Amino acid sequence: MINYLANPNRFLNFIKPIEFSIGVFSFLFIFIGLYLSLFNSPEDYQQGDTVRIMYIHVPFAWFASFLYLSISIASIFFLIWRHPFADIIARSVAPLGLIFSILTILTGSLWGKPMWGTWWVWDARLTSMLILCIFYFAYIGISNAFPRKIDGSKPAAILAIVGMINLPIIKFSVDWWNTLHQPASIIRFDGPSINQEMLLPLVIMLLGFLFMSIFIILINIKTNLIYKKYQSEILKLG
Amino acid sequence: MKPKSQRLIILFFFLTLLGLSTFLVLKSLEDNIVYFYSPTDINKKILSNEIDLSKRIRIGGLVKENSILKKGKKISFKIHDGIDEILVIYNGILPDLFREEQGIVALGKIENKKFSAIEILAKHDENYMPKEVSDMLKKNGKWKGKLN
Repeated sequence: MINYLANPNRFLNFIKPIEFSIGVFSFLFIFIGLYLSLFNSPEDYQQGDTVRIMYIHVPFAWFASFLYLSISIASIFFLIWRHPFADIIARSVAPLGLIFSILTILTGSLWGKPMWGTWWVWDARLTSMLILCIFYFAYIGISNAFPRKIDGSKPAAILAIVGMINLPIIKFSVDWWNTLHQPASIIRFDGPSINQEMLLPLVIMLLGFLFMSIFIILINIKTNLIYKKYQSEILKLG
Repeated sequence: MKPKSQRLIILFFFLTLLGLSTFLVLKSLEDNIVYFYSPTDINKKILSNEIDLSKRIRIGGLVKENSILKKGKKISFKIHDGIDEILVIYNGILPDLFREEQGIVALGKIENKKFSAIEILAKHDENYMPKEVSDMLKKNGKWKGKLN
């Protein structure tokens, strides 16, 4: 399956019929998720209405990390099997991941001011999230730093793999060290510590973000494939 | 050996070394990465003279029950971590979540065994529930969390 789809033309043919429905799904899930989280979910017993920021903050944070993981995995495929399509995928994911990581920090600080009493602290969770954001910047910078874009692929892939070490640090920072950020509420040994009525909108939002990420990444992949074709045509013309 | 498997082995070694070095760095910097010390940590550090009393530090713990004393804008309370406790004095604005048994983080200095804070942040916990649920739990006596 993966081998079959690794060919750009076959890939484009494969996504053509499903692309539109992915877009529709992402719109529907996010629409319903936003409605539930903003209007039809209970206030938190401590946070009141401020809890509603969580419904977008958590998806932003999760997908900022997941997308980085997918960049690193694609980079491993690119470095070892030298598959050019893996590089295209990694490049197509990076801008979205960067935006997500920035929005994670922004929504987090909007929540932090009323709840903690501060916009920003240098605790392990917040700092490792900022480092993820910087890695995204560095990846995008390096992969586009050369006149021939392809020359930046290898160094950028190495950087992406180095940055992978940051992902477990983000996830477990709240368990390993004392942090101001609260520990995990959803993925934990003794089950979620979040009430079902609040978990439902969050799960719908997470699904919406999944579809939205796939949708946007597919568009980016198509753009990058066209750009690559265009560049090779130019080279042919000399 | 095929160049592919060679690259795979190099990558594997590279990742192992990277992981190991990151672990060592984080381990040795542990004291700087922790955002705050617990009262137990602090008292241990005072006893063993590990701490520079002229430097600002952060301590965190739960606000002890019946320990909050207010006198005008001045406030004093004890924070505890279940084992040890320390007296905190503060003069300023408290966060909304501040109350008994609430987790807080205070920034300040230790002055003759008291902690004089210049900033207090509330630490939120990982429990999310509607108000009705928390009320019901309290009514049924199944409330395990905060007191109020």
